[in-house]
Amino acid sequence: MSDSTASSQLLVEPTRAREFLNGASATFPLLVGAAPFGIIFGTLAEPNGLSALGAILMSVIVFAGASQFIALGLLAAGASIPIIIATTFIVNFRHILYSANLVAKVKHLPQYWRVIMAFGLTDETFAAVNNRYLQTDNLSRAHWFYLGSFLAMYSNWILCTYIGLTLGNIFPQMQNWGLDFAMSVTFIGMVIPYLKSRPMIVAVLVSASLAVVSYDLPHKLGLLMASFSGICVGLSLLMLKNRQPVSKERKQ
Amino acid sequence: MNEGFLIGGMFVATFSVRYILFAMAGRVRFPSWLNKALEFVPPVVLMAIVAPNISMPKGELWLSPLNPWLLASLVAVITALVRKDLLTTIVVGMLAFAGMRFGLGM
Repeated sequence: MSDSTASSQLLVEPTRAREFLNGASATFPLLVGAAPFGIIFGTLAEPNGLSALGAILMSVIVFAGASQFIALGLLAAGASIPIIIATTFIVNFRHILYSANLVAKVKHLPQYWRVIMAFGLTDETFAAVNNRYLQTDNLSRAHWFYLGSFLAMYSNWILCTYIGLTLGNIFPQMQNWGLDFAMSVTFIGMVIPYLKSRPMIVAVLVSASLAVVSYDLPHKLGLLMASFSGICVGLSLLMLKNRQPVSKERKQ
Repeated sequence: MNEGFLIGGMFVATFSVRYILFAMAGRVRFPSWLNKALEFVPPVVLMAIVAPNISMPKGELWLSPLNPWLLASLVAVITALVRKDLLTTIVVGMLAFAGMRFGLGM
């Protein structure tokens, strides 16, 4: 597999179809990881107050895993729609970092390509595409690789939402199986890899405890307050930590 | 109708963030402190959602070794630290939760 990729780069520039297929196949392992979330999202939708059509449309139109889970959690907790949308905005803000990273790779493309690529910008596609850009600088057809990765993720996500909805209808008592805990355990699994520095750990602990203390605030405002406080504390610690070596150098 | 607003609003909130820098293609640079602040966002927000779910599953604070939500979360944290694999963490955490809730009747 890596042999054929390398030789095709040496001989001729890969065709559009080749780039597209490479993009899809590079994304395959990530599909396996994303599938359970799509299925769990589908099973949780109706018990949490989102209709089947709403669930499918959300996967088709919004296409953002973490935000969709959070929307369900907030719907079930009775949060107002503006709060859910504001939370979506905050949760997705990490995509700014991805797009900032990719700006140099899309500058030469027409706007309609940028629109498609922006819509398909997920954690998984970013990871797959970033690898492709690291391997070769040739950008002329790299957007077809991106498209292959995006469409693989997109179709998988919609299909899994549908499977989850169907399973939820076959087993209506599924909502008593503790699938609500699936959301918590999924988020825990997503958070742990981030906990590599003390500022990050403290930020998460501050946010978690404030979220519990402020849980009774109206419209889930406690969530935003807790998040904002956690970020401020983490950033302050990080800046203090980064300042120390600089001041030592100055003394020397 | 409400769902239409919800989905439309979430689309705008999601797509605008993903597209704005592509649209301007490199003419804007973030101050470095903002870049650093953004790195905290995903775990901080996710834990702000998880913490009340597992520590007050029935609406009131329940900090006890008999709370299966908390116990299974602890199992999930340990699994995530040891195996570093999301799927394993989810499966083990769910099995632990199911075992405590339905096996032990906690």
